[in-house]
Amino acid sequence: MSTLEIRDLHVSVDTEDGPKEILKGVTLTINAGETHAIMGPNGSGKSTLAYSIAGHPKYTITSGTVTLDGQDVLAMAVDERARAGLFLAMQYPVEVPGVSVSNFLRTAKTAIAGEAPKLRTWIKDVNTAMERVNMDTTFATRNVNEGFSGGEKKRHEIVQLELLDPKVAVLDETDSGLDIDALRIVSEGVNRFKENGDKGVLLITHYTRILRYIKPDFVHVFVDGRIAEEGGSELADKLESEGYAAYVGAGAAGAGA
Amino acid sequence: MTVTETAAAAVQNAVEGRVASHLHPTGSFAVAEHPVPTGREEIWRFTPMKRLRNVHGDAELVAGGALFQWNTPEGVRAELVHGEESQALRGVSGLVPNTRYAARVLAEAPSTLLVDVAANTEVHEPVLVDVKGQSADPAEAGHVVLRFGLHSKAVVVLNHTGSATLAQVVEVHVGDGADVSVVSLQDWADDTVHLTQHEASVGRDASYKHVAISFGGDVVRMDSNVSYRGPGGSAELLGLYFADAGQHLEHRLFADHNEPHTKSNVVYKGALQGQGAHTVWVGNVLIRKVAEGIETYEQNRNLVLTDGCRADSVPNLEIETGEIAGAGHASTTGRFDDQHLFYLQSRGIPEDEARRLVVHGFFNDIVRRVGVPELEERLMATVEAELAKNVSKA
Repeated sequence: MSTLEIRDLHVSVDTEDGPKEILKGVTLTINAGETHAIMGPNGSGKSTLAYSIAGHPKYTITSGTVTLDGQDVLAMAVDERARAGLFLAMQYPVEVPGVSVSNFLRTAKTAIAGEAPKLRTWIKDVNTAMERVNMDTTFATRNVNEGFSGGEKKRHEIVQLELLDPKVAVLDETDSGLDIDALRIVSEGVNRFKENGDKGVLLITHYTRILRYIKPDFVHVFVDGRIAEEGGSELADKLESEGYAAYVGAGAAGAGA
Repeated sequence: MTVTETAAAAVQNAVEGRVASHLHPTGSFAVAEHPVPTGREEIWRFTPMKRLRNVHGDAELVAGGALFQWNTPEGVRAELVHGEESQALRGVSGLVPNTRYAARVLAEAPSTLLVDVAANTEVHEPVLVDVKGQSADPAEAGHVVLRFGLHSKAVVVLNHTGSATLAQVVEVHVGDGADVSVVSLQDWADDTVHLTQHEASVGRDASYKHVAISFGGDVVRMDSNVSYRGPGGSAELLGLYFADAGQHLEHRLFADHNEPHTKSNVVYKGALQGQGAHTVWVGNVLIRKVAEGIETYEQNRNLVLTDGCRADSVPNLEIETGEIAGAGHASTTGRFDDQHLFYLQSRGIPEDEARRLVVHGFFNDIVRRVGVPELEERLMATVEAELAKNVSKA
């Protein structure tokens, strides 16, 4: 049973005008078996939360803690976090020229498992994971994300999620830019991952439509670097009909719903 | 950069007659017509003249230093020729020297290493020529001629190792319709100085691939030039280099589009690490007035692995006709892409392993395009060994 605990997290980025605070005290606990959705308008700091958990060097943690089963995640290097059991499916997966998908996947699996996977079963596992998300297995010989369409990049993230089998997965707008078919395929992948055991899922999204496929246990509304409201999946329904107006701009003055 | 129609119009309005390339003045076989360069000349401005042991000037060039070894697959004649036969081969590529050292090599080299591939012959294994330097002192002159007959197909690998101070001219004659590769490895010991000009004349409808791979040596400077003897010829000029602390590795390319419907494609990739590592890449393309319908692209990419390195990268394009199919160039010099490293690390891959993957990936496409399976493994192993130096220093 794993628990990812985020306590009063403050994060800033460097800008031309000096450091700018993006996260202004985020507290969130994700237990194994739970799916949390973080929803919010653009610029509310959702992606910053995802990248901060993963350890992207662009973001500076100014205060607060992140722990995975009591271990200090913020003290770990990026690769150590992944080996501890965290996974970030990125909104914009990076192209890595000259590195083949198969080499990349095998190297990552070896790093995370601490030993090289058995060749015979590994190839089968990779092919199965790819076929499940409707990716042609010839993608294995292509360079990582190079020339992939937006949808193919997202499906490749799900292939990695299934193969690397982390304890907690953070999905950063995995649904953005996907058509309905791709959205269904990606969602099925996330659901398979959830069913695979006691997994924590932190699903970051701007839209409610992915929540028709992946049922959240908790919904958190993110506004201006903080959680403005929390609830169950019914909160997503409310956002679906009313949008974020109640939380931003004029909405704050009472002109919302 | 792509040439726009405006530029094309401007070019058409330009001088009517033949214009000599600004970067490649007309040459001469007479050594006396080449003053000793000072280092202030455009074509020498990046080269550390003081480290050349005067091989660019008047150093005595002695015969018989380096040891040669080669195999002779069926259809290939390879031997060291002397006297009249050797003399007759000087300038066989159309080369008229534009440097003092090249003029001296043609005037003073005692012999010529000739590799002759018969017409209409397909050679199934690479011709491997080992040039093993025995000592950095005295300096020596080397003349190599690679002659590929009509419609022949072959791969020649020149493998340079050991210690030497070598002024060298490699002349390549590619017969009409031939399909050939010339790979030159500079895997020298640390004390070697190597000035070399590779001059190729590409026949009608012929394909010429030239690969320069430079890892070792104190100073290595290669000029790899191509001109054409008829329409339809194509040249692929590839390069891979890895400079360590204190090394100077310089590659200059010249694609002289002197015939219509010819092609050139230049891709050079290099990595640098350590204090004083210096690489120079100068890519020159000249599209002469007669050379309508040609296509050219040149690119140079440098990966800077540590502080204290310097990579100079200069693409030049001289265009005398607007009637071309395509012309462009690209040059980048940068450090590791943090996004690449972050992505790989976020999948659990440790930083040094991630760096290794990225550098491998950087060189991978060039290594694959060398097209000599026997070499690919060795090249990757050498890249690996170079990287290990960096990691152990860090």
